[in-house]
Parts: sequence; C-alpha cells; structure tokens
Amino acid sequence: MFSAKIWKLGDDIDTDIILPTEYLAFETVQEMKPYAFSPLRPDLASKIQPGDMIVAGNNFGCGSSREQAPEVVKALGVSCIVAKSYARIFFRNAINNGLLLIEQPDLFDEVSEGDIAEVTPGKEIKVNGKSYDIASLPDNLTEILEAGGLVKAMRKRNGLD
Amino acid sequence: MGYTLVEKIIAKKVGHEVKPGDIVTVPVDWCMIDDIMVPFAVQKFEEMGFDKVYDPEKVVLIYDHFLPATQTDDSRHFRVGDEFAEKYGLKHVHRTDGICHQLMTEAGYVKPGDIAFGTDSHTVTYGCVGAFSTGIGYTEMAGILGTGQLWIKVPETIKIEIDGTLPGNVTSKDIILRIIGDLTASGATYNSLEFTGSTVDAMSVASRMTISNMSVEAGAKCGLFAPDDKTCDYCKIPYDDEIKDLHGDDNASYAKILRYRAEDFVPVCACPSLVDNIKPVSELKGTKVDQVFLGSCTNGRLEDLRTAATILKGKHIAPYVKMIVTPASRKIYRAALADGTLEILSDAGAIITTPGCGLCCGRGGGILSDGEVVVATNNRNFLGRMGTSKVQIYLASPATAAATAIAGEITEA
Repeated sequence: MFSAKIWKLGDDIDTDIILPTEYLAFETVQEMKPYAFSPLRPDLASKIQPGDMIVAGNNFGCGSSREQAPEVVKALGVSCIVAKSYARIFFRNAINNGLLLIEQPDLFDEVSEGDIAEVTPGKEIKVNGKSYDIASLPDNLTEILEAGGLVKAMRKRNGLD
Repeated sequence: MGYTLVEKIIAKKVGHEVKPGDIVTVPVDWCMIDDIMVPFAVQKFEEMGFDKVYDPEKVVLIYDHFLPATQTDDSRHFRVGDEFAEKYGLKHVHRTDGICHQLMTEAGYVKPGDIAFGTDSHTVTYGCVGAFSTGIGYTEMAGILGTGQLWIKVPETIKIEIDGTLPGNVTSKDIILRIIGDLTASGATYNSLEFTGSTVDAMSVASRMTISNMSVEAGAKCGLFAPDDKTCDYCKIPYDDEIKDLHGDDNASYAKILRYRAEDFVPVCACPSLVDNIKPVSELKGTKVDQVFLGSCTNGRLEDLRTAATILKGKHIAPYVKMIVTPASRKIYRAALADGTLEILSDAGAIITTPGCGLCCGRGGGILSDGEVVVATNNRNFLGRMGTSKVQIYLASPATAAATAIAGEITEA
C-alpha cells in the first residue's frame, strides 16, 4: 500500500502530449523530463513530485509507439497511472518499464486534482473515504512488472542477474 | 465455426488454433526499427545481455524521420544504427530510400501471412497485404532482436464491409477518417479491423495502405485486407491456394460488423486536435489555410501525387499558401519525376522535398507557428504535432489538399 497525490488529466492523452517529437532524440530520459506534457500543461513536469500519481480518462497514451513516453513518466517518479482505459502500445511499454498502470472506470469522475489516494495494487484504491476496486494484471505481465521491467526479465533469462 | 483473418495468420504461425483473448508467443518474420528508436533499441539490447541478433536477415533499419538531419544531434542515430548493423551483420539498412512503412512492402520484405513488428505505431500499414503487423516499444524490439519472438494477445475482430462505387472526389482517406469518426479514437482498441466488400476489392494496394495505416488511430492492433491478385502482383508472389485461404470466413465470430455503402461517403477532414473529430469538407468551407502538406506514409504514394496533379494541372496555388509535397519513397519520387507529376506540382507552386517522414512528425521543413492553419494528408493532428500547440491541423485526402491549396481555404475537390 502507498499513498499518492493526484494530478488529473483528461481523455485521449496522446504520446505526442506526453513527450513531443522534438525531445525524443535526447540521449537520456533525464534531459526529456522538463518537457513531459508540455503541449498541454507546460508547468506540470516541474510540479510532479516523486510518488505522485496521474489520474486520466479514456484511451491514455494513444498515438505514437514512442516508449520515451512511459519512460519519462516513470523518471518523473510517478508511482502509478489510474485511467478509465489505455491505448495498447502505451500499456505494454509502461509495464515493460516497470510503471504500474491501473484501469478503473469510476474513480476519474469522482476525484479532484490534489486529492490523496491510498493504493493497494491488485486490490483497491481509497480516495476521500470511498473505495474503488481494481483488478490484477495477467500473470505474464505481473512477472515482468515484478522483475522490474522487461530489461531485467531478459537479463535474468540470459543468466546475468 | 470459421476463423477471422487475424486468427488464421496467427494460428498458422504458432501451429495450433487460436481464439480471441489467448496469449500466445509468435515467431517474428520481420523487425523494423526506425532512426528515432535505433539508439534506444540498441541500448536496451545490450543491457539485456544478448550477444547476437536472432536472424540478421529479418531485421530492417530505416532512416526516415531525421532525414535529412535538421538538428545537430540527429546524425548520432545514423551512426549508432550503422555501428549496430556492422557489429551484428544486419543485411538491410535503408539510409535514404524513404519512409519505413512504404519500404517494408515496396522493397519486398513483408508478404501476406507474415508477422512483423516495428518501433513505430504505423507499422499497422502492412495489413494492406494481409500481414499481421503492429507497433511496439524499443524495449520489446530489443527482446525480439535477441529471442526472435514476442507474446501477443489474439485480438477480437471488427469487420468493416464497404460495397458500391465511391463518388469521384472521395478517396480511401475519406473512408478511413469517417470510420475512425464512427468508431472513435479508442473504439477499436485491442481489436483487429478486417476490411471487405466490393469497394475494397476494387481498390489499389496503395489505397488500402492508407486505410491500414490509420487503423491505429482508432486504437486497433492491426488493420487487415485479405490478399488478392493485386496484392500478389505488388508483392511479386504467385496467387496460389495458400494465399487464397487468407481471408476471414463468413461463419467466423466477429465482435462487431459495420456496413457502409460507398455512395454515402463524402470528402471529410479530421479537425483540430483529435483524429476522430470528423466533419464534411463542405461544412468547413471558408477556413483559410497557411499551408498544405501532401505526403507521409498515409498519402505520399504515386496515386496520391497524381490525384493532386490532376487537380493542380495548369493552375496555381493561392499566393499566401505554402504547399509542401513529400513523396513517400525514392521509387515514388522517381516515378513521379518520370511521368511529369512532379513538374505539374512544381509549376503549380508546390515545394517538392526529399522522401521521408518530413513534416508529419514536426521534424522536417515546414513546421508551423501559433495561429497557423494547415491541411495535411498525414495521419495525426495532435496538439503540437507539426509545430506549436496552437497550430490548427486538418487531416484530409490528397484531392481535398490540392483543391484547398488552389482556393487558399478548405475546399472540396
């Protein structure tokens, strides 16, 4: 269980918004961090503190397959994203980077930015005294997430860790 | 019970029947890595500790987004790619030949029934020849480079039947924009789209590519066409019984079937700043434009350039409009040069650029600024995609783009 401050975004947050193309070629994710979400909210990246969470509507992460998008969200220290639904490439990329994604249909409409949530992965999220059920991920994804991402899972496969 | 096209393709590769929802590990026929993602994929591959690429014949590196380079750091991507290709003996590196999604079928790699993954979301384009192909991140690509396989969830299928004859000013771009509008930007998430019907049968492979290419804008995992004799001509393979079996069965189980009459389609635009914000061009008349872009993996093919040239022949674009034309590949560029298409476009006042992704991803010449309006034939009108977040991007067909360039305002062809 962990608690996290909520930053709220809308529907169809595409990966060009999460990180525009002009910043994709930076050599490190650290250099990309200040530009996360800049087309929509230029000041958001500087406000997000490690441990905070993002709450969004439908189709979070749609568009480009750029994996820099979940990597930069992870690098900002975001503990998890709770959305009504995710675009499929973003979903895979996030899990592969060890970023926890939670699908929850009701929470988005009932919470405000700045609210504090208590998250118990695979079980529930509590906000403002109300509890929201959340499902577990499929086994093969839980394995990748628990290994700390796909790179670590592959290193294990290759006998390196 | 029969099978959908995607179920047939996957079942054949894994050697047993599959049903939607099954999680299966598939062998990978083709890996496509574009220049933006090359250094990241290489870094992850090395971090994973692999010492060889599973099959150097099956990996294709394509430099297209950053070509010609516009920022001083861009050439690092080419250098890292070249070094990786040299070290692991990769056979296929395209340094200046055009856009990845055009080349993967045009250069003879992906064939009907193949499974391909690429580090770009528009990898879905190869569905135009009846291949299962989709976009992935660079970490998964690194995993495939080492193992030759990837897990996928077998998708449910939405069948889209289109019958009849299209109006003269409607192209396959108008069809897919309308369908995305009807499905919404997330309406096909995790699904395979399967396109059938007499309108589809009559289409060129190039027109089908436009539709497959934009399937991902409705969230789809792939957008498939059953291969036919035209597909086989394009792929230079025999139209044999194995190919003929690659179609969705009538008694397959579909999540949904959408039926359209071709005669009902009209020219449309995707309006700022969502791909599913679809309006008829006739309702947008009077919207003044600063720039028109004809190109991209969606609509940079010879038939697209010819469609525009037919409209622009003997005319001139409005004096305040910049029109940028970017052929999708060197082969298309040369064909359009040879048949006089480029001359017509140039005479009309268009700027012809080198093949590549160019303006579509906001990296090439022609990026726009606050308050400017662009009509563009590419696939995304997201905030900030082609310049600042205050640029208004309208996505349209090549015909609408050409007519708009002449009028200087959004206009039906």
